[in-house]
Formats: sequence, C-alpha cells, structure tokens
Amino acid sequence: MADQTPSPETLTQVEYRPRAKNWLDPHVEFRRGTFCYSALPKSLKALDLPNPREWQPFHRDWKLPPDWKAIILEGMKDRLDRFRSFRLFMDICVRCGACADKCHFYLGSGDPKNMPVVRAELIRSVYRRYFTTAGRLFGEAVGARELTEDVLKEWFYYFYQCTECRRCSVFCPYGIDTAEVTMIGRELLNLVGCNINWVLEPVANCFRTGNHLGVQPHGFKDSIDFAVDELEEITGVRIEAPINKKGAEILFVVPSADYFASPHYYTLLGYLLLFHEIGLDYTFSAFASEGGNFGLFTSHEMIKRLNAKIYAEAKRLGVKWILGGECGHMWRVLHQYMDTMNGPADFLEVPVSPVTGTRFDNTASTRMVHICEFTADLVRHNRLRLDPTRNDKWRVTFHDSCNPARAMGLLEEPRYLIRATCRHFHEMPENTIREQTFCCGSGSGLGTDENLEMRLRGGFPRANAVRYVHERHGVNLLACICAIDKATLPPLLEYWVPGVEVAGIHELVGNALIVKGGRERTTDLRGDPFEREAPAAEEEPVHA
Amino acid sequence: MNALLSLVAVSILVALAWVGGSVASLRSVFGIVVPAAAVAIFVVGLAARVTRWALTPVPFRIPTTCGQQRTLPWIKASWIESPWTRAGVVVRMALEVLLFRSLFRNTQAAMTAEPIPAAGQDAHGAAPAARGLRRLVYGEEKWLWLAALAFHWSFLVVLLRHLRFVVEPPPAWVDAIAAVDGFFQVGVPVLYMTDVLLLAALGYLLLRRLVDARIRYLSLLQDYFALYLLIGLVGSGVLMRYFVRPDVVAIKELALGLVTFAPVVPATVSPFFFVHLTLVSVLLAYFPFSKLVHMAGVFLSPTRNLANTNRMRRHVNPWNYPVKVHTYEEWEDEFRDKIKAAGLPLEKA
Ligand code: SF4
Ligand code: SF4
Repeated sequence: MADQTPSPETLTQVEYRPRAKNWLDPHVEFRRGTFCYSALPKSLKALDLPNPREWQPFHRDWKLPPDWKAIILEGMKDRLDRFRSFRLFMDICVRCGACADKCHFYLGSGDPKNMPVVRAELIRSVYRRYFTTAGRLFGEAVGARELTEDVLKEWFYYFYQCTECRRCSVFCPYGIDTAEVTMIGRELLNLVGCNINWVLEPVANCFRTGNHLGVQPHGFKDSIDFAVDELEEITGVRIEAPINKKGAEILFVVPSADYFASPHYYTLLGYLLLFHEIGLDYTFSAFASEGGNFGLFTSHEMIKRLNAKIYAEAKRLGVKWILGGECGHMWRVLHQYMDTMNGPADFLEVPVSPVTGTRFDNTASTRMVHICEFTADLVRHNRLRLDPTRNDKWRVTFHDSCNPARAMGLLEEPRYLIRATCRHFHEMPENTIREQTFCCGSGSGLGTDENLEMRLRGGFPRANAVRYVHERHGVNLLACICAIDKATLPPLLEYWVPGVEVAGIHELVGNALIVKGGRERTTDLRGDPFEREAPAAEEEPVHA
Repeated sequence: MNALLSLVAVSILVALAWVGGSVASLRSVFGIVVPAAAVAIFVVGLAARVTRWALTPVPFRIPTTCGQQRTLPWIKASWIESPWTRAGVVVRMALEVLLFRSLFRNTQAAMTAEPIPAAGQDAHGAAPAARGLRRLVYGEEKWLWLAALAFHWSFLVVLLRHLRFVVEPPPAWVDAIAAVDGFFQVGVPVLYMTDVLLLAALGYLLLRRLVDARIRYLSLLQDYFALYLLIGLVGSGVLMRYFVRPDVVAIKELALGLVTFAPVVPATVSPFFFVHLTLVSVLLAYFPFSKLVHMAGVFLSPTRNLANTNRMRRHVNPWNYPVKVHTYEEWEDEFRDKIKAAGLPLEKA
C-alpha cells in the first residue's frame, strides 16, 4: 500500500453535510490518489480514436481540439436522438435525493458531487443550457451551465469516479440510471480524447490480441498448459484443455485475468477440473481470449468492436453454443448488449447441457450460458460428487457483483453453489447484497494504483459490510464471480478488513469436487492443506 | 436564494391573479383566456414531449434487475422485480407508478462509531470506540415515500372531487369519493382528509428541501417553484372551501362555461378564485417544460419498463451500424508464426 495513503481511521472521517451551497461551480482539484492518468497516444492511435496526445488531467492545458465545444454539443445532440434513456433521464429527474446516499463513492468520500443525482446534473446542466428554452433564457438561475473547459474537466473527474454500478437506479422512483448517464458522459469525453489509460490500454490490447492483457496466442497456450500441469500436481489427474479446436460442442470464454492473475487463477483451475470430470467437449479460443469488455467503459461503439470476436469465433470454430466464465461487466455485455449488437446467433443452437440434458431456454436467443447456471444445474442433478468439508477452513460470504446482480439478476445460482460446496456461509446485511449490493469501488476501469485513495473510499461500503460479518461470524473468505472484484477486493480488504481473502465460486467448486481417478487429494487448489472439521458443522449457516 | 426567488415568483403570480380578478376589464382575461391558453399549452406541450421521447429509439434492452432472473425451473425467479413476461412488467410498472415501489426501498446511511454487535445480538448502545474506525449503518427512511404517496394520491382524489364543478349533474362516484374523503365528518363544511394530507405532504417536501443541507445543495429554483406553486394552489383552494366561502354557484358557472366552450365570467366570482384558477393555469402551462413531466416519463423509463428477457429474445437496435472490428484473419496473419510455434491450428497454413 502506497505510503501517502491515509489510514483507515482518517478515511472514515467523512462528512455528509456539503460545504458548498450548490454544485454550480465546476472547479475540481486533481488531487493525487483520486483520479486516473490519461490514456497514452499509442492506444488511441491503435483504435483510431480522436485527439491522441500527451497530457495529464492535472495539467492546465488539456490540449483539446479547437472546436471541442462544438464536438461535444453535437455529440450530445446525436445521443439525445439515439438513446431514449439519455433524453428521458435528462428530462425527468425531480431531485428528490433518494439516490443521494446510495452511491458508494458518495458514502466513502462525502463529496456531494458524487451523489448520483448531482453527477447527472453535471451534464444535465449543460443539456439545460443548450437544449432547453428555460436554460437558454435564465442560465445559472435555473441550473443551466455554460460548457466550459472547467466543466469538461469536472465531467472527467466525476464520470471517472462512477463505476457504472447501477445501484442508484434501484432506488430511483423513475429508474434513472446514472450509470447510463456516465456511459454517455464518457462517450462524449472520448470524442475529444479525454480518456484514461487504465481503460484504453486494455481496449487497445483487446482489439489487437483478443484480450485486455495483450497476451498473444503462444502466451495463452502457455498459461493454460501451466494450469494443466498444476492441476496434475494437485490431483494426480492429467486433463486436457483444448484451444481453437474446431467442431467442439462448446466455446468457453473467460476474462483474461482468469489465466493471468491471482486469485482468479484458482477459479480457472476449478473450471478445468470440472470440465474434465464431466467430460465436456469444449474449446477455448486464443482469439476470443477475453470475455471482459472495457469497451463498456469507453463507448457503445467500442463495446461492439470488442465483442464482435465472440460470435465470430463461435462461428469459425463451429461450436453449438457458448459458455462464459466468472466476470461481472463481461456479463453485462453478454446479457444486455451482445445479441443486439452482434447477433443474431442463428448459427448456434439453443444450449443444452450435454450432461443433464437441461435446455437453457433462458438463453434461447443469445445462446450463451453463465458458468454458474451451468454448474448449478449439474449439482441439482447430482452429477457431481462434492465434499464440502474440504472448504471447512473458509467461513464464506458472497459479494454480488454489480452487473450480474443489477443487469442480469444472477443471484441464486452462486449461492446455491456455495451452499453445495461449503459448510459455513453467512450473508452480509440485507441492504448490502443482491440488487442492493455495493460495488468493489474499482469497477469500470478505475482499478488503477494512482487512483487508490478513491478506490479505498469507494470500496468502503462493501468492506464495511464484510467487516460486519468478519467480526460477527469470523468470515474469512469473500466469494465473488467477477474478475475485477478478484483483482481489486484483496487490496481493499487488506486495507479495511485484514484477514479476509477473496475467491471465485469455481475455486470452491474445484476444491470440493471429487474427481474420478487420480489420488487422494490433500490440498486445495491453492496448494494449501485441507483443514477439515468434525463432520457436523459446529455452527449452523446463518443468513444474517 | 433559490427558495426565496421562487417564493417571490409565485407571490407575483398570486398578486397578478388577484388584480386580474379584481379589475373588471381583466376578469375575462384571467377567467377565460389564461386558463384556455394553459390547457392548450398543456395538451400540446405534453403531447410533443411524449412524442419526442417515444420517437427516440431504445437501442438496448437495459432493465435494472432487482431480483432473481428466470433461468432454471427449480430456481425461484422474481417475476416482478426481474420480469420476463408482459404481466410481470405491467405489475412492476404498476407498483412503481401506483405505490412508488423503488422509493419504498429508501434508506438513510450514517457513519457511527458504535462497535459491531456480537453474533446473535443486535443491541445498539455499546460504548462507542473513542477513536478509530467508524462504520456505516443504514436506517429506515420511509418519510419521503410516505409524503410522496400522500401527495400524489391526495392530489388525484382532489382532482376527481373537482369534477363536481365541471360536470352537471356530478356523477355518483364523484360524490362517493367526496363522501369517503369527508368520512370523519369534522367541522362545517366537512373537512376533507386529502386537503390535510396535501398540505402536510407539501409542507414536508418543502421543509426537507430547506432544512436538509444535502437536499438544499441539490435543489434548484424550479424545485422550489413547483412546491410553492402547489402550495399556493392548494392553499387558495382550502381557503375558499373552509374560510372565505365565495359564491360557489358563480364559480361553477364559470367552470362549466370553460369546459363547454361557452365561457362566462359571472360578476360574483371572487378574486380568491382567480388566484386559484391562475395558479392551476400556470401549473398546467409549466408542466410539459418542467420536471413535472416525470408523471408521463416514468412510463417510458427503459430500466423499468423492459423485461429481463435479454438472452431469451433478441432486441433490435434500429440504428445498429457496422463498426470497425479486428477479424480472425487479421489476427492470424499477425501472429501466424507464434500460433504455429505453439502448435495451435491455423486456418491458412
Ligand atoms: S432518485 Fe431519481 S429522481 Fe430522485 S434525485 Fe435521484 S435520479 Fe433524480
Ligand atoms: S452508477 Fe454507481 S457509482 Fe455511478 S452514480 Fe450510481 S451508484 Fe454511484
């Protein structure tokens, strides 16, 4: 943890009473630890994005194109005409404030411009000024603001201080989704080249190599091979993990962190073991080697550009349907955008589990199944032998990732899998889970080190709820189904709640799974010895 | 400042209306022209606004899911909060529009220094840690929901009660509503519950904006303006019904004249009524251009009125345009040697 990072005690001294009288003054201070660095020109060039240049948010001169204002206003007009969501959300907010204290960034920072309603007002004020009569006539008196460079900088600061988590939208009486406003806001910023590196470098990588990390085909093969070797060491079973295999039944797509980062990696081991055990006929693709899609944090067009390869690879490889691994924002794209953008997937078949015969009618059109849906079905049909005592050392709680929870409704499957594979499961308080879940604070491409203070603040409400079950029930594992979570929750918890680790659901599945052949297992997928307790759990699972 | 300015604005409107109702030559302007124009603006403006929204495409299906999706048959799905049928969407919308479902979720977050209660015990009150880590707690906060509900429903009832002034003879159900509304039989004339509720709710909503620093921070002039306008409107109505008791027969004649396109302004219509009528007119004319259009907009909100059938049925984006992608062939060309070296299959050897 960086030295300048304030202590947890200091960070919780948050004041919810705004000091300013209103939000009209656009001036922001780019204070170290609270913003992300700009994107490198090479990433922009690789993607043919406008205005590649060297600049930083804390510079006075952002080197905007001379007609930047016209570009933004034209861009706004265009999007007002193309997105009913945007136009409607500009028009109907009543500023009731119900969303105000629902945003983790507001709760963690106390910065009143992080109230979702105000975040939206930052752009709504410009909408008023240029697109409504009252705004043109009365200006600031009615909350209409001139589009100035300061306003643009303020947009940049606050639209990269929203993780597009949609929590505010759950509470708004009109369903106003500030995430949608932020998405449009970022699109506009992208029109004049104001983007952040933590988003655009992965996007550029993904466009070229197929995945955010820029892993090339041989690297991809190496990591998968390495995982296969490791599994053999742990279980004594030699498995196969086909790549780019034509004619396989299923294409399996994962977020790239699964094969390149920890603790994601243990989840990958879990998938591989599971597929071996059930004899699944599947293949990875070294090109569709990323299910994640940082285009979601750039623009709708970029979502489509990066997502195209999934169906393209499914078609090329001639699979019947697609299975997707554990990742949050990846599933927002797959569930809510892919079919519309790059479908129809009429060259695929409606997914049927080759093991249980279950037809996944819920994916009749998109033809892509979430791994938790798939595995839950296996467990339900008793097709897996599971020994939950192998996970006895974990007292588990489950973090609903924003997108599966609020853009998909995938709530029960992972819980079902936890209950099947672990004996100690404790829910966090009600208004911090399921559709009311709190973001990790680092989603939507904000998980970079220079932004650490803001991430710790934004992640505070999540960590706060973890601390609650940690202290009350001794919870020591936070399970989740998101690659960004797995990357950013460990440092978050180390800071706020030391002693709680992070794992994917399929790591727990892989631990508990008894595979045919091989030798008696003594270690979990992390290589640590099982710590079994007496057969009867000393404590009933509590669902607090 | 915002609060004050809008109060001044509404006061000016009231004064204008009073003058308009007192000066003989202006009475037909304020009694006929203003309300007629207001209705016209309301109808045309609202229609234009809704048409505009309706014509703007919904490129993606983006419901905010607030419950379990429909997947496997043995998993209990939430047919209202994550609907996959039309009925589910209709019920979800109905709950939203009629009962303010989402607002009902409201909580209030606060930082506390109290330690976390031990397992099995929920009691607060343990001595707060002197210094150190504070934590977030969330309390119930139903007042906003309650006030909003009280306001909107009462307003509807009052509106329906007003049909007595413009339909002759009044339909029986209108009398029935009035009878229920005056159920408690307090005072002469009978006190309507909705009048009390309306004023109480408006009072709460205004006070909230004025007192709560956070709400004050985000409140704009127009937020206060709408509240003052409504308070003036309800206030003048209440004043007439319970206190000044103007000539109701004359008012009814005027009202009937307006709706039958045969306007008259009887000499005995009180200036109080002109205030009432003018504020209604301003409200109507202001409605389509203000946040008050949320009344119509809520029905079109794509995060609420779309079913969570994303993977079941394809949603078509009318402006879905081709984009520049990176193809497999380009990828293979770039990495051919590496693919070969890794022993992975190639399309073009
Ligand atoms: S809850 Fe909705 S209407 Fe209320 S302030 Fe927030 S965005 Fe606006
Ligand atoms: S989407 Fe999430 S991060 Fe963005 S304003 Fe809403 S609650 Fe805050």
